[in-house]
Amino acid sequence: MIVLKGIFKTFGDKVALKDVNLTVNKGEALAILGYSGAGKTTLLKIISALDVDFEGTYLFKGIDVKKDPEKVRKCITMVFQNPVMFKGTVFENVAYGLKVRGYCKGYIKEKVDEVLEYLGILDLRDKNAKRLSGGEKQRVAVARALVLDIDVYIFDEPTSNLDIENIKVVEGTIKELKRKGKTVIFTTHDLLQARRLSDRVAYIERGEIVEVGETERVFKDPKDERTYRFVSGMF
Amino acid sequence: MAWDYIIEGLLEAFKLIISGDPELYDILLRSIKVSGLATLYAGLIGVPIGVILGLSDFKGKDVIKSIFNGLMGIPTVVLGLILYLFLAPAGPLGFLNLLYTTTGISLGQMILILPIVVSITVNSIESIEEDVRYLALTLGADETQMMMKVIEETSPGILLSLMAAFNRAIAELGVALMIGGNIFIKGGEMNTRVLTTAIQMYVTRGEISMAIALGIILLSLVYLISMTVNYIQRRWADS
Ligand SMILES: Nc1ncnc2c1ncn2[C@@H]1O[C@H](COP(=O)(O)OP(=O)(O)OP(=O)(O)O)[C@@H](O)[C@H]1O
Ligand SMILES: [Mg+2]
Repeated sequence: MIVLKGIFKTFGDKVALKDVNLTVNKGEALAILGYSGAGKTTLLKIISALDVDFEGTYLFKGIDVKKDPEKVRKCITMVFQNPVMFKGTVFENVAYGLKVRGYCKGYIKEKVDEVLEYLGILDLRDKNAKRLSGGEKQRVAVARALVLDIDVYIFDEPTSNLDIENIKVVEGTIKELKRKGKTVIFTTHDLLQARRLSDRVAYIERGEIVEVGETERVFKDPKDERTYRFVSGMF
Repeated sequence: MAWDYIIEGLLEAFKLIISGDPELYDILLRSIKVSGLATLYAGLIGVPIGVILGLSDFKGKDVIKSIFNGLMGIPTVVLGLILYLFLAPAGPLGFLNLLYTTTGISLGQMILILPIVVSITVNSIESIEEDVRYLALTLGADETQMMMKVIEETSPGILLSLMAAFNRAIAELGVALMIGGNIFIKGGEMNTRVLTTAIQMYVTRGEISMAIALGIILLSLVYLISMTVNYIQRRWADS
């Protein structure tokens, strides 16, 4: 479904991604792990077709993403590390993705309410989104993605700065998406969480993917010295 | 006494305003219409330019931005002169017959305030988080829908630019005088007299009270608009 080949990304002199090769299959959950500044967010922006200014090739379902990012963005959504809210109510925020896709009002209302209820924030429906607490904003950000019926859901550190209650909700959402056969890619600094939720993990260090593999295998028997050092920090 | 003459003028002015002097209100309405149209045109052209400039990232962008910034301060007299040269019957655009028309003033004022609209729009677009753009795109918006969202998010800034532009247009004299010509015939259809040209004329004629009355009206109008913008912006920041 997602095939990245020889991706390089630079910011001026700084090389943020170095020869990244990665394949993500339909229906799998991939965790991307790495230290702060390793290049996780940079990579996710490329996968979500928000950034097409890179070297190398990226094919999504056979589409060359550089040529038609708009088409790819209709199939992938990303929940950002810092939840940004649009002006307006929670409802308006969550409805946005459906509105731009041209759904009719009745369906939008039904779907949004259903998702708000599922995430336990139906009572926030008519509140001003910009005035919510951090955890509430994060749930709204998740809701904005969850109302969409698309192929790939990307979460960039969805649970950092959340309390246990909110973490449960977000993890539940990722599991639910997996159950529905959706593809999920997420980053986290919580290795146990990666282990709970992912089928495979990719470990990235200084812009390089050092190791990719089945989650249990990578944690129990890392092939690379650097991965070993990273995952052994868990115990 | 030196003060008497000002106080007398002021009292007369208030009488004119309160009694609803038809000539005075005729001029006021024309001013609002002429400069309102100028603002509308400048908005229709300047907001899209500002949005595109604000969203794009290319080499000459800073140069273009500084050109618009610099043009914000263009002396109205010089612009009036340039436009006069172009629009005069013998000039390159003389065939348009815009000299001494209100449409001519509107277009001239539009050119005057376009840099204000563009510059303030660019600044407010650049000041919103880059993430708003990314957010709209990742939720499935196409380029046009994303731009509409960015405009919506920056609407207080855009509103501010339009109000500042209107205030500059209605308060300027150079273009209105040289392109409009301060034409006024009672009941005439082709009148071009606006607040600023009228004030200038009444002063030279020595009809101080009418000049003061018009001055008070112009000042109140400009002040009222500034206050309204302030109020709206505060409300918006809260919401
Ligand atoms: N717009 C940018 N301009 C310049 N450098 C950037 C930019 N975005 C990211 N970088 C740099 O690229 C590197 C990778 O950043 P990235 O945000 O991808 O890290 P990350 O793995 O997501 O880190 P974290 O876990 O802290 O979120 C960092 O060194 C960062 O400073
Ligand atoms: Mg990051």
